[in-house]
Amino acid sequence: MSQFSDRIPLPPVDAQTTNLTCHFCIVGCGYKAYKWPRQQEGGPAAADNALGLDFTRPLPPLAACLSPAMVNSLRDKQGQDWHVMIVPDKDCVVNQGQASTRGGMMASLIANGQGVSASRLTSPMLHGGGNWRPAGWEEAIALYAGLTQRLLDAEGPDALLFNLFDHGGAGGGYENTWATGKLIFSGLGTSMVRIHNRPAYNSECHATRDMGINELNNSYEDAELADVLWSIGNNPYETQTNYFLVHWLPNLQGNTVAKKQARFPGETVGPGRIIFVDPRRTASIAVAEQAAGRDNVLHLAINPGTDTALFNGLLTYVVEQDWIDREFIAARTSGFEAAVQANRLSLEECSAITGVPVAQLQQAAEWSYRPKASGHRPRTMHAYEKGIIWGNDNYRIQSALVDLVLATGNVGGRRGAGVVRMGGHQEGYVRPPFPGGRPAPFVDEAVIAGQGRMLTAWACDAFRSTLNAQQYRAVVTKRAAIVREAIDQARGASTAELIDILFDAVTNKGGLFVTSIDLYPKPIGEIGHLMLPAAVPGEMNLTSMNGERRMRLSEKFMDPPGIAKPDCLIAAEMGKALHALYTQAGNAAMAARFAGFDWESEEDAFNDGFRQNESELVTYERLRALGNNGVQLPVQGLENGVLVGTEVLYTERFATEDGRARFQPAPWSGLLPIAQAQKDKYPFWVNNGRVNELWQTLYNDEHNPARMARWPATLVEIGTADAARLGIASGDLVELYNDYGSTQGMAHIEPGIREGQVFMMAMGRQGVMGDLATTAVDENVLPYYKGTWAAVRRLGDAAYSASVTGKSRHY
Amino acid sequence: MTLSRRNFFKLTGLGAAAAATPGAFAQNAAPGNAGALGYPVQAIARLDALVVNQPVDFAYPDAASACQLLRLGHAVPGGIGPQQDIVAYSILCPHMGCPTSYESSSRRYKCGCHFSVFDPEMGGQQVIGQATQDLPRVLLELAEDGSIRAVGMVGLVYGRQSNVQFQEVSA
Ligand code: SF4
Ligand code: FES
Repeated sequence: MSQFSDRIPLPPVDAQTTNLTCHFCIVGCGYKAYKWPRQQEGGPAAADNALGLDFTRPLPPLAACLSPAMVNSLRDKQGQDWHVMIVPDKDCVVNQGQASTRGGMMASLIANGQGVSASRLTSPMLHGGGNWRPAGWEEAIALYAGLTQRLLDAEGPDALLFNLFDHGGAGGGYENTWATGKLIFSGLGTSMVRIHNRPAYNSECHATRDMGINELNNSYEDAELADVLWSIGNNPYETQTNYFLVHWLPNLQGNTVAKKQARFPGETVGPGRIIFVDPRRTASIAVAEQAAGRDNVLHLAINPGTDTALFNGLLTYVVEQDWIDREFIAARTSGFEAAVQANRLSLEECSAITGVPVAQLQQAAEWSYRPKASGHRPRTMHAYEKGIIWGNDNYRIQSALVDLVLATGNVGGRRGAGVVRMGGHQEGYVRPPFPGGRPAPFVDEAVIAGQGRMLTAWACDAFRSTLNAQQYRAVVTKRAAIVREAIDQARGASTAELIDILFDAVTNKGGLFVTSIDLYPKPIGEIGHLMLPAAVPGEMNLTSMNGERRMRLSEKFMDPPGIAKPDCLIAAEMGKALHALYTQAGNAAMAARFAGFDWESEEDAFNDGFRQNESELVTYERLRALGNNGVQLPVQGLENGVLVGTEVLYTERFATEDGRARFQPAPWSGLLPIAQAQKDKYPFWVNNGRVNELWQTLYNDEHNPARMARWPATLVEIGTADAARLGIASGDLVELYNDYGSTQGMAHIEPGIREGQVFMMAMGRQGVMGDLATTAVDENVLPYYKGTWAAVRRLGDAAYSASVTGKSRHY
Repeated sequence: MTLSRRNFFKLTGLGAAAAATPGAFAQNAAPGNAGALGYPVQAIARLDALVVNQPVDFAYPDAASACQLLRLGHAVPGGIGPQQDIVAYSILCPHMGCPTSYESSSRRYKCGCHFSVFDPEMGGQQVIGQATQDLPRVLLELAEDGSIRAVGMVGLVYGRQSNVQFQEVSA
């Protein structure tokens, strides 16, 4: 926590200033980190502080986004005391000086040994004799690499399981994805890898990519230029906050009309409209209605899992109405006729399946696709997120959506358009090819089936982020306990002896050796054997890109706590150790697979990874020069030494061999059967997602008293009538259960929630929505997390109502 | 440096409605006050004049800091008075300083700039929103003569380095 509650010290004009992209969501807001000696302070006059703000009088509204949570202090390893302030950057085009409540707390989280950061891992930890004890890197890496080598030699790479981040921002980024990919794919060669939030190593966007369209294909500015914004299975106020507030709302409020006129002369323009596709009335819908007026907001409250039918009905309708872009279809696509044929669904059928009245479907189509008064086709941007990605057959829904977008010409360089995922984390992916093919192995099922000997959870925790999670936790815990028992018997064992004992426990006794590499002890690490301490942006240099492919360098301004290290350098230590072990064993071929890890810094990892594989032109120095605005990938070249990027993709060619985007047939085929079986049996649909004040798995938040005061338990939103029927009040503890598991959360009555539905925060600590998630997956093993049905009952009054507000979260 | 009351209205956007109720603004505390941590003590309103769910405007700890006093009709966290139902808050949104407004039907403070919502019946807790702190609370006490007095604050008012930095400024 920040040590300040009612006072803000100001940075002096000469405070050290570095750029920092927010650790958290895809938006990647730009921040400035100021650091200055604790005994100094800037003056209140604008000229006397680094913020250039005049504190000789109270600031007018909107002059700054600054609070005590944005300041903190620390003592460095040399014993020097510093103040640190982390504030949103006014000059960053992404957030324009605004912080969300998540990014706004970054200074409160810095590793100063106090508050939130008191829980950070500061050294490797080994479990033995019933306890955790600190270990040095040498011992920890020797053990890890030694056991890895034994298993690799005896059983081959697939004995080694990894739960692995693939994103940008904290716990990710180009340096770290590259280093881990080089170690795990090129070095170890295992295919038994799954991604941080799902049970296999797959893309959340296979379909759109197969159609020739990467999922991040426009710019945030396109949301300012669109006639209509579609928000599909997506709640942007709570999940991409500043993208929504800074770029969508001005359009809805009519503040970008002049910009549209200037860009599109002769074309009818006006304030933007918005269409939400979501079974739930969300906080975003309430905000949009306030900003745009109810008449300009359409909420298509579809029945859960029926998105494919929705897009197919609309496609059929726009073809009938001839609101399609025939020129574009002819010049730039293939497969149109076959898709129209396969996806054909009348508006009446569509309405019957989706539950959306025909009139609303027509209204949506008229807004979005009927030519405007000037004769131009509307510029319609389609944005989607987990409603589709975790939806009923990811591949099919995404195909159906992109078919509609292609038919109406709303992708491929047109401004104010695009078909984009909104994103969760920032991105920052560069890895050698995954050795596992497609569909990738269903790793979490393999673990449950007793496969694998060694599991490394790298910056993620499957205990909170998989389907069938209760069983997964139970099996991993049981298998880990076998190894713990063996270690406990190994009194006084050297590292070499311990490796023998571990090898026996995992190969002969069904054990699983569990390593967690993370900032904090995590539930999956706490039942395991080895924890390795990692670092976050600011403690290391790190590059990532945001939802418009804007790449920035987050600069290091402080050390990681204790002897914690950047993930890329942890991977390098492992690689170097394996290289040495194989060299020693005289196995040159294997040693060669672990060559090239002699990195001193994260910049070395960047140069080896991003620059060799993506763009040689991008250097730390060139990125630093571009500050928080960075460059939009892909890089086109250099102009006067400055990197030039790409605002919008596919202005001429799509990413297919012939350059044409491909329509893909995607007929409506009902719910995935496993999910349908739960639906038939249980009364409540359990929707899930993020909550505004919390970040994802709560890895910082659960240690932050300010956050836990607001959210002491996992949110379960329930409607008024259902709550009354079940005798549930806001603040009550409720249980949810089905054939897969049971979990619990804190009830919150939200009047907009429909009967027979609840919404649960996705990745709570005490309440894990995945405990209820079935094993239904699409053809690429993408889970249907949203396809969950359960029963709900009141457990009792947990006294939350005395300290937690029960008021509506809708503006 | 001094701040006039006119500036206060300009800064907070409270406008004419608030200006028309000068009774809501009690006299500032005398210098050499007895409030918490150097805060002034300031009478705001009389207990018997408060109407449930009708906010009373005042400024505290100085003329540039718009606050509201609320009587809620039932005991709430931090509430004072015989029913422990009287609370007061800064009404400047702790996100970026826009004036919040009280919605009496839902008993919530709402900010129209970035849609943060706060609950006066739960210590000013942020219900949803982008601030990194709850609504700053005014600490109150009930004097023997039946007047309600502000004696301090918890949480930093938007737009300043410290709450008491302008307290010598009078209206
Ligand atoms: S909107 Fe996202 S990137 Fe921006 S400050 Fe909030 S969490 Fe960080
Ligand atoms: S100023 Fe109130 S929400 Fe931003």
